[in-house]
Amino acid sequence: MNKSYDTNNLPRIEKEKFEFVNRGERISDKKFDDKPVGYFKDAWIRFRKNKGSVVAAIIILCIVAFSFLCPLLTTNFDAAFMDVYYAKKPPRNMLLSNIGIADGGTNRDFSEKSLVKAIAIGMAAEDHDGTGDVTLEIGMDSAYQPMLKIGEGEEYTEIKGAKPKTIYPGRIENYLEVGFMYKSIEQSEYAKIVAWQAETGLQILYPLIADNEYNLDSSDANNWYKSSKGTPVSVDANGNITEIKYAPGMVLEENYKRDADGNPIYYEYTGGGDTTTAQYKVRVLYYNYYTYMNGFEPEYLFGTDSQGYDLSLRMADGIRLSLLLAICVSALNLTIGAIYGAIEGYYGGAIDMVMERIGDVLSGVPFIVVATLFQIHLANRVGAVPSLLFAFVLTGWLSTAGRTRTQFYRFKSQEYVIAARTLGAKDSRIIWKHIFPNSLGTIITASVLVIPGVINSESMLSYLGIVKLGGTETTSLGTLLSDASKLWTNYPHLMIFPAIVLSLLLICFNLFGNGLRDAFNPSLRGVEE
Amino acid sequence: MTKYVVKRVLLMFLTLFIITSICFMLIRILPRELPQDKNLQAVIQARWDALGYGKPLLVQYGIYLKNIITDWDFGTSWYVSFRSPAWDVLMDRLLPTVLVNFYSFLFSIPVGIALGIFAAIKKNKWQDQVISTAVMICVSVPSYVYGFLVQYFLYFKAGLFPLTVSALADAGNSWFSGRMLWSMIPPILALSFSQIAGLCRFTRAELTETLTSDYMLLARTKGLTRAQATTRHALKNAMVPILPMIISTFISILSGSMIIEQIFAIPGVGQLYIKSISLLDYDVFMMDTIFYTFVGLLASIVVDISYGFIDPRIRMGAKK
Repeated sequence: MNKSYDTNNLPRIEKEKFEFVNRGERISDKKFDDKPVGYFKDAWIRFRKNKGSVVAAIIILCIVAFSFLCPLLTTNFDAAFMDVYYAKKPPRNMLLSNIGIADGGTNRDFSEKSLVKAIAIGMAAEDHDGTGDVTLEIGMDSAYQPMLKIGEGEEYTEIKGAKPKTIYPGRIENYLEVGFMYKSIEQSEYAKIVAWQAETGLQILYPLIADNEYNLDSSDANNWYKSSKGTPVSVDANGNITEIKYAPGMVLEENYKRDADGNPIYYEYTGGGDTTTAQYKVRVLYYNYYTYMNGFEPEYLFGTDSQGYDLSLRMADGIRLSLLLAICVSALNLTIGAIYGAIEGYYGGAIDMVMERIGDVLSGVPFIVVATLFQIHLANRVGAVPSLLFAFVLTGWLSTAGRTRTQFYRFKSQEYVIAARTLGAKDSRIIWKHIFPNSLGTIITASVLVIPGVINSESMLSYLGIVKLGGTETTSLGTLLSDASKLWTNYPHLMIFPAIVLSLLLICFNLFGNGLRDAFNPSLRGVEE
Repeated sequence: MTKYVVKRVLLMFLTLFIITSICFMLIRILPRELPQDKNLQAVIQARWDALGYGKPLLVQYGIYLKNIITDWDFGTSWYVSFRSPAWDVLMDRLLPTVLVNFYSFLFSIPVGIALGIFAAIKKNKWQDQVISTAVMICVSVPSYVYGFLVQYFLYFKAGLFPLTVSALADAGNSWFSGRMLWSMIPPILALSFSQIAGLCRFTRAELTETLTSDYMLLARTKGLTRAQATTRHALKNAMVPILPMIISTFISILSGSMIIEQIFAIPGVGQLYIKSISLLDYDVFMMDTIFYTFVGLLASIVVDISYGFIDPRIRMGAKK
């Protein structure tokens, strides 16, 4: 409105350059040469001009594509695949780790004890024969070394007079940190593993650890070196112990179980009557054991969730559920609301009055109460998701009905409707053929804007635990976030990825819906409802 | 006008009555169990008999209504707060909810309106673009994401504020102590983002409309400066729809935000609702349901009525 045209600044165009397009001939009755632009094409042209909405539409498409393609692109196709030992692990992807992201690592501060313990996993992995002469340097170069980076140690004195502690900032690979583990397997399984080892050259079986005073926790398969209260020690012939310091060239003193000849033992018979039921205790390197069991190395683009499922697959499931629910709600609202609103608006009078009062009562019930009651009453009978759907539809159609009603009031006394009625058209024909198509644009764009609302409410309800979508089959972004809310301080990836996707989805649907509304009703541009 | 107000209020109570009746039936038919404790069993059983459990639903509802009218008795809480009246349980939780939301309200209204006015004046310039984009993002992002962001930055990174709202005993037994206010700042901030964004968007939309109207042009031709015309004419007219919105927000303060209360452990109405469902404390659940319904209905009629008071040109209840 504040635009003022300054005629002085316009570029001067010489008078001779102007020429008449047409002279004399009357063209007012002629048809246009180009194709007529219809309502939808017009809307499409307007929509295309709105850059933000187009970008939002593309992002929505990408998220939808992710939710469908993710199960095909991950190494483990099965959404029910889980691994309890690799639960809550950060993202890890071989390709991406080359550029420094998704390497499965987290930054942490280490005391000398915990640092040596982590490094020792890599040292032990290189020491398949149980010789115990692997140095720190060889261990650090191992492919199974969990320590990705070790910073310079800094001394802290927390308590005055006490021995100062050295803290090393470092980055540790969470998958390799699992290290070794005791497993109970059958004899045939043992033979298979040995064959697999020979075939691939990867080591799974490692020597068992001796149970003695230098092994504090006999269930901890990573404690392979002699230690006293967690500090690595060396023991001389007389049983005197000296602490081993973390320093270049460090060699830890092995504490493997050995037979009478001094050879390390790789398995131990634990029970079982015959050759098929006999159980053996073995010590496995879990990373390779995982590869052996599943046929692929652990790679999770978004890490794993609190139970050990692939987070990207869980998210894909959640997005699909949210979108499906939102689209169903939107379609049902549109159908019910349009019919209800059309009848209200077209007939008016007493019918309108009664139907409006029914709507008033329904709209008075807080949504959260409706959702809760539906969950309590119906969830056991028809399942959590259908009862959520009913809850959304019960009050959701009211706004569509209201909008349709207004549109009908606007159009029902127009001349073309009166003309149709004069020609003998039935009420249903006038409603659906003459009035309804005119109000379609408004109603459809409004139902697109329903989608983000449904996604948001659904995630809120499952976050609060009112809707319980546990189990392996169904999950939602809200459930993932609710799981993460207790753990996210230690495992931020559990929170970050679902939150980003959810926020992105909501932002994009709002932008897209607004763009659509502006395109269909240019007169409403910028007006908020 | 008075007639219209009376009509609306009566209609509101009728709606409230219908909704309460339906919810009562739906909640009463839920299966309920007695606790293991023998003594407690006897107490609860006696109370249930008095409330008419086992009799037809309509009789039970009659007893319920009679208790409310004669003794203002909405039932008893057994699990959330042992043997306290449901009404008292709710009222105890009201203050923290109202406080947190009221502070957030005080903070977000000036900021939201100021940003909205600024965006409207700078319409289609870069300042407007920046504000509009930020508003779009803030309106869409769900509130618990703000909750986590605020916790992450203010507690884990900066270490300035406590993780959750202080317990009453820690904060000098007063909801108004300085320590309590300090611990309430994170939830207040988390609540404010979307409120500011919503208010800013609304103000901008209304003000841009009034700025383009004919009386603004007239004001400018009379010789008023742009600032004078905006403050004296445009802003006044833009406030007509904004004020009712603020009033309705003010009323819905009472119902609070369940998510924020859950994240920041505020012992408020929303948390009570979640607790009463998970502990199957049905009388408290019913009380909370009535409360939420009432607040929602009240907000909607106050908005309608306030239009008439704010702008005398709008005649409420007039025939179309």
